[in-house]
Amino acid sequence: MNGTYYISTERMTVGYDGKPLIENIEIGVRRGEILTLIGPNGSGKSTILKSMIKQLRLIAGTVVLDGRDMAGLKERDIAKKLAIVMTDRIKGELMTCRDIAATGRYPYTGRLGILSKEDKAIVDAAIETVHAQDFADRPFSAISDGQRQRILLARAIAQQPEIIVLDEPTSFLDVKHKLELLDILKNMVREKQVAVIVSLHELDLAEKISDRVVCVAHNRIDRCDTPENIFTDAYISELYGIENGSFNALFGSVELPAVSGVPQVFVIGGGGSGIPVYRALQRAGVPFAAGILAESDLDYPVAKALAAELYEIPAFSTATEAACSAAAERMRSIGKVLCTVPAFGETNAANKDLYEAAKEAGILTGADAFLKGVEA
Amino acid sequence: MEEKRKTERNASGVRLWLGFALLFAALLGFAFWNIVAGSTALSVSEVFDGLLHANSAHRVIVMDVRMVRILPAILLGGALALSGFLLQTFFNNPIAGPFILGISSGAKLVLSVTMIGFLSRGIAVGSVTLIVASFVGAMLSMAFVLAISYRVKRMSMLIICGVMIGYICSAITEFVIRFADDSNIVKLHDWAMGSFANIQWDNVIVIAAVVLPALVITFLLSKPIGAYQLGETYAQNMGVNIKAFRIALILLSGVLSACVTAFAGPISFVGVAVPHLMRRLFKTAKPIVMIPACFLGGAVFCLFCDLIARTAFAPNELSISSVTAVFGAPIVILVMLRRQKEGGR
Repeated sequence: MNGTYYISTERMTVGYDGKPLIENIEIGVRRGEILTLIGPNGSGKSTILKSMIKQLRLIAGTVVLDGRDMAGLKERDIAKKLAIVMTDRIKGELMTCRDIAATGRYPYTGRLGILSKEDKAIVDAAIETVHAQDFADRPFSAISDGQRQRILLARAIAQQPEIIVLDEPTSFLDVKHKLELLDILKNMVREKQVAVIVSLHELDLAEKISDRVVCVAHNRIDRCDTPENIFTDAYISELYGIENGSFNALFGSVELPAVSGVPQVFVIGGGGSGIPVYRALQRAGVPFAAGILAESDLDYPVAKALAAELYEIPAFSTATEAACSAAAERMRSIGKVLCTVPAFGETNAANKDLYEAAKEAGILTGADAFLKGVEA
Repeated sequence: MEEKRKTERNASGVRLWLGFALLFAALLGFAFWNIVAGSTALSVSEVFDGLLHANSAHRVIVMDVRMVRILPAILLGGALALSGFLLQTFFNNPIAGPFILGISSGAKLVLSVTMIGFLSRGIAVGSVTLIVASFVGAMLSMAFVLAISYRVKRMSMLIICGVMIGYICSAITEFVIRFADDSNIVKLHDWAMGSFANIQWDNVIVIAAVVLPALVITFLLSKPIGAYQLGETYAQNMGVNIKAFRIALILLSGVLSACVTAFAGPISFVGVAVPHLMRRLFKTAKPIVMIPACFLGGAVFCLFCDLIARTAFAPNELSISSVTAVFGAPIVILVMLRRQKEGGR
């Protein structure tokens, strides 16, 4: 993580048609590091990337690439250092995937762009890196979005850059291809010490692959920090202005807003068993109470987000008598109880007691039956 | 896998050689047919006699009637197809071409104004003046088309605007010709319909001097043209100086189509049809193949069409543009239908 930035901006102001959108941007990335841009739609992530790769004229400031002002560098010299994977759609008429990947060799070939043996070997290696051998000779127009994105990455790799800039490379990919693409990227960074700047919409992925995260919102760089410091529930909710629902930093996932109102059912949960039921109740629009959950419980974050009332206790503690009786009382007043816990362990005596009490009172229902009743 | 790839590569190599062999054979074949056919039919030995011996009895008809028409048909046909290919690259639009975008008509307009202006003052119009006037006209239409292309992103709109520009220019040309002296009208009218008939030997030299260097320069630009086919963003990242490149593309396509219009009038659809046929023939869009292929293909196409124009209803001659339209327009429709099917814009 040491060393100076490979590419950095100095008081860069970006925008369109001379109108500044974001001013005085100071970001940078070192070799062997992934810098991720996150932020709401339209916040200017693409604008920043386009400005850094010279597609957009800077309104003020400079971009420094490998110690030199990029404005003074020749296109060809930049091309040997910086490769891109952008959202522009490529037609690639009558071109095979290999042809597309081979365009990465452009800065290295001669006047007429004829590939040497060495160039061809580099292209083949790039295709192998993205595991695209099987469809390398198929027409570029005939492959899937996921394959296309991999070929574009192979193209960038064949360019043998020191830095790759990617604008939302995972947007149209399914889960498997998202993971594959980011894994390839991560390997590139690790093995070849490439610098990467990438904009992502998937917060869970951003949290996992980034070395540092830049948050773009409200016409400024809101924060630039490590993922640990960025991905907190409160900050992400604020960054994206999440009002309907919540973000869970630990899971890197979002939950819809809780159904408010008087709880119609009390859910005894724990150990992850309650999560599908909480979500089912949320979908069905049924307000519910949940308990008794320790803050360390796997169910806790989801219950916290979705339950109308939550009976919680500190992490790794057993419930006090007071907590137990409060929960039991509420359970009786609601009059309907679901238990999702398959087996109670020694530290979960409180919930076992609740379960026994509900059984005794005859207010225990099965989860499936209850949900069916709600649907009907 | 490796084996299969090798055979595929060899197959494309064979296609390349066969394709060019076919084009060369067609070029020679049609050129020869064009020499032989006509109001005075010649035998093979008479043709060679006329070609090789300066004092042959057939010299005049071979050289000054037939060859003086065949060579410009080759050069200008090639120029048209090349110009079409460049415009298609520039606008990223498979049915762009100098005629469809109204560039030929703009050239025609400025050219007729210039010619009438010169002729009415009794000044002869030289080849260079013709080209310059035509180029100015081409650039004016091009400026309009460019201005429009920044506003509309749909390719069909661009084409419609181009066709409209073409109509406006043609209408004004008609209007201008009305005011010309009677003696000028006949010649102008012929030319305004498109024809290889009125070209002299000194014109041919000027045509060659303009078209051949433009061909060479275009060929030398095949690398950035290939990069540009991936879109501006990627082309720039590959190291293409986009601004300079776009200007070069505009100037080259302008010069080529202006040269055609200056000497043969507006000729329709060659610029769209030939590049499309060449893409189908060679199964590639690589400029390094497409540039020579389009030039040869355009030459063959125009030789073929001129042969029909001269001989189909002899002794009456058709305008070259109507023949190229008959063969070219269906191809344009075909291209559009294919695009539609492929879910293009």
